[in-house]
Amino acid sequence: MNSLVILRLFIGWHFLYEGIIKLYDPDWTSFGYLASAQGPFRSIFLWMTNEPLIGIADWMNIIVLIFVGLSLILGIFEKWGALAAIVLLALYYLAHPSFPWVTQLNVEGSYWFINKNLIELIACVVIYQIPTGQYFGIKRLFAKSEELTKTETL
Amino acid sequence: MSWTRRDALKGLGGIPILGAVWWAGASSTVSKKNERSAILEQLNLKPSLPPAVQGIGGEPVRVGIIGFGIRGEQLCRALGFATNEWKADMKAATEEDPKHSALKDFMGQEKLNLKLTGVCDIFDYRANKALKSFNSDDNKMVRYRTHQEMIRSGNVDAVVIATPDHWHAPMAIDALENNIHVYIEKPMTHTVEETYRLREAALNSSAVLQVGHQHRQTLSFLTAKDIVQKGTIGHVSLIQTNTNRNDDNGAWMYDIHPDASTQTIDWEMFLGTAPKIPFNKNHFFRWRKWWAYGSGLSGDLLSHDYDRLNCVLNMGIPNSVMASGGIYTHKDGRNVPDVLQVNMEFPNFSTGSSQIKGKEKGMTFVYSATLGNGYNRPTVLMGHDGTMELGNRLTVWPDGRSTRYADMVEEEKMNPGVPIYQYNPGANIPDAVASATSQYFADKGLMWTYINGARVDSTFLHMREWLSSVRNGGNVSCGIKEGFEEAISSHMAGLSYKLGRRIDWDPSEEKLVPIEGIDFDEALLSNTVVT
Repeated sequence: MNSLVILRLFIGWHFLYEGIIKLYDPDWTSFGYLASAQGPFRSIFLWMTNEPLIGIADWMNIIVLIFVGLSLILGIFEKWGALAAIVLLALYYLAHPSFPWVTQLNVEGSYWFINKNLIELIACVVIYQIPTGQYFGIKRLFAKSEELTKTETL
Repeated sequence: MSWTRRDALKGLGGIPILGAVWWAGASSTVSKKNERSAILEQLNLKPSLPPAVQGIGGEPVRVGIIGFGIRGEQLCRALGFATNEWKADMKAATEEDPKHSALKDFMGQEKLNLKLTGVCDIFDYRANKALKSFNSDDNKMVRYRTHQEMIRSGNVDAVVIATPDHWHAPMAIDALENNIHVYIEKPMTHTVEETYRLREAALNSSAVLQVGHQHRQTLSFLTAKDIVQKGTIGHVSLIQTNTNRNDDNGAWMYDIHPDASTQTIDWEMFLGTAPKIPFNKNHFFRWRKWWAYGSGLSGDLLSHDYDRLNCVLNMGIPNSVMASGGIYTHKDGRNVPDVLQVNMEFPNFSTGSSQIKGKEKGMTFVYSATLGNGYNRPTVLMGHDGTMELGNRLTVWPDGRSTRYADMVEEEKMNPGVPIYQYNPGANIPDAVASATSQYFADKGLMWTYINGARVDSTFLHMREWLSSVRNGGNVSCGIKEGFEEAISSHMAGLSYKLGRRIDWDPSEEKLVPIEGIDFDEALLSNTVVT
C-alpha cells in the first residue's frame, strides 16, 4: 500500500507543478501544442485553437491540472482526481499520438505506441481502482469520523 | 473524534507537500518571468505594426499590366485579379490538401479600388489569357501591342512593368515622361547609364514610381530596423546573406509554351536593344540566363538581398564591390553565372556603438549564391553586442564578448546560446509548426499575427501603398532613391564579376570610379566574361 501512496503523491506532484507554472505565467498557452496536433483527431484540436475556445481550453487545462494535483496529494476526492487525470492525459496522447505512421511534432522522445503520457494514464487507472486516501490523506480523517459515528449509533 | 497523532500526520501529511510544490512552481515561474521582462525592458523592442495606408478613394485607378508572364500574373493577383486557370488549379490543390490556402488567402485579400484596363504582352497566348479572365462588363480591358501605345492611350493612369530586365528602364522612363505612375520589377535597370536617366525621369515626373521590392512591407523587417536602431546588436560589422537554390526552376529553366512561334510572338519587340538574333524560344522564356536581357544572380537575386538589408540598415551604395563566380552547375548555354560570391565594403558605415571610439565603423556585406545546393543558409547580421538572424522570423542572440551585455552575460542572465528576442508573425497560424511554448520569448505581444490574423501577401501591401500614394500623395517604401541604390549596387557586382576587378563608387560625385579603357555598360551587356 505504501508504494501506491507514493505513486499517487508523485503523480499529484507532477500535475500540481504543471498546473502552477502555467497559472503563474500569463503568457502560457496551449496554442502551440494544439496547433501542431497530429493524427486522426487533428481537426478537433485545430478547432480548439480558435478564439474564444483557446482561452477556455487554457483555463480548463490549468484548473484540471491543479484539481488533480490537489486531490492526489491531499488524498481527497482522489477517484475524481484520477478520472480527470485520465481524461486529460488521453487528450494529450490523442493530440500527438505515438503511432509509427504519425509525424512526431513538438513531442519529447520517440515511442512506439506507448509513451509517457499513456503510462501515466494507466497509473491513474490504478489509483482510481485502488484509492489510498484512507491510509494517507484527508480521507483518513473523514473515514475515522465515519467509523466513530457508526460506533456511537450502535 | 479521537484522532491520534498518527492519524493527523497521515491525514494532513499531503499539505506540506502541496505547499512545497506550489511554492516551487510559483517562485520559479515568477522569477523566470521577471528575468525575461528585465531583459525585454532593457531591450525596449516592439514588434512593428503594419504602416497605416490611406484608402484609395475616388474613381478607380486604371492600371495597365506590361508583361503577363509568371511575375506579371502574380502582380495581377496582388491587385485582385487572378486568372480562371489559376483559380481552378488552386481549387484542385486545396481539394488535395486542405492546408493549401492560396485560394482562400486570395479571396480574403482586401479589394483595391482599381480597374485593370490594359494588357501589353508580345506573346498572344499570354495577352489572350489576361483578356479571357479579366475583360468583363465590370472591368473593360484592352490589349495593346506596344507599351508606347498603352502609355499614350488615355486609358491607363498607371502601369505595372514585369518584363525582362532590358525593357524595365525604357518603359518606365516613357511612362514617367507621360506622367503615368509606374510599378517596376527589380532590378530597376539593366545598365548603369539608364539608371541615371530613370532617376532623372522620376525626379521630373509628377507620377509615382515604386520599385518591386515587396519585402519592405514585411513586418519582421520593420521590426529588425527597430532592433538595429536601438543598438540591440551593437555595431554591425558583417552581414551574410545567401541564395540557396537547387532545382531547375530556381535556375530559371522555365517552361517553354507549346504555342510559342514567330506567329504568336513579336520577336523584334522582345529583342529591343539586345543583339539581333533569330527567333529563339529558349531565350524568350528563359531570358534570365543571358546578360542581353537579364542581370544574372547579381540583378535577379542579389538585388533582393541587398534591398532587404538596405531596408533595415539604410546603408546606401557600397564604396567598393568585388565578386567572383562561374558557371559550375548549369552548363546549358547560359552566360550568367550560377555560382556567385560578392563582397561589398562600407568602410564608413556604422549602426552605432557600445564600444570605445574608433571601433564603431566599417561593414562588409557578403553575398553568396548557388543554384546547386538548397541548404537553408540564413541571413545573419553580426554585431558587436549580438547576432540577428533575419527572415520572416527574427531571432537575436547576445554575443559572449558584448560590451553592452557584459554584466548580464557575467551574471548568467544572458547566454550566448539562448536568444534574447524572437519574433514570429506566423506563430498564430495553425499550420505553423512552431510551438508557442517552445519559443523562449514568445510573449503574446511579440507573436504578431499576420494582419488581423490573415496571411497577407507582401506584394499586395507594396502595390496598395503605391496606389494609395498615387491617389493621396505621400512617399512609397521603395522609390527612386532606393531603386537607384539597388540598381547601382547590383550593377557593381555584375561588373566586378565580368571584369574580374574591384569596382569603386565615388559617393561625392555619385558615380562609378572610371577604369581606363573600360566602358561599364558595354561590359555589363557583353556576353563575355574576363577570366
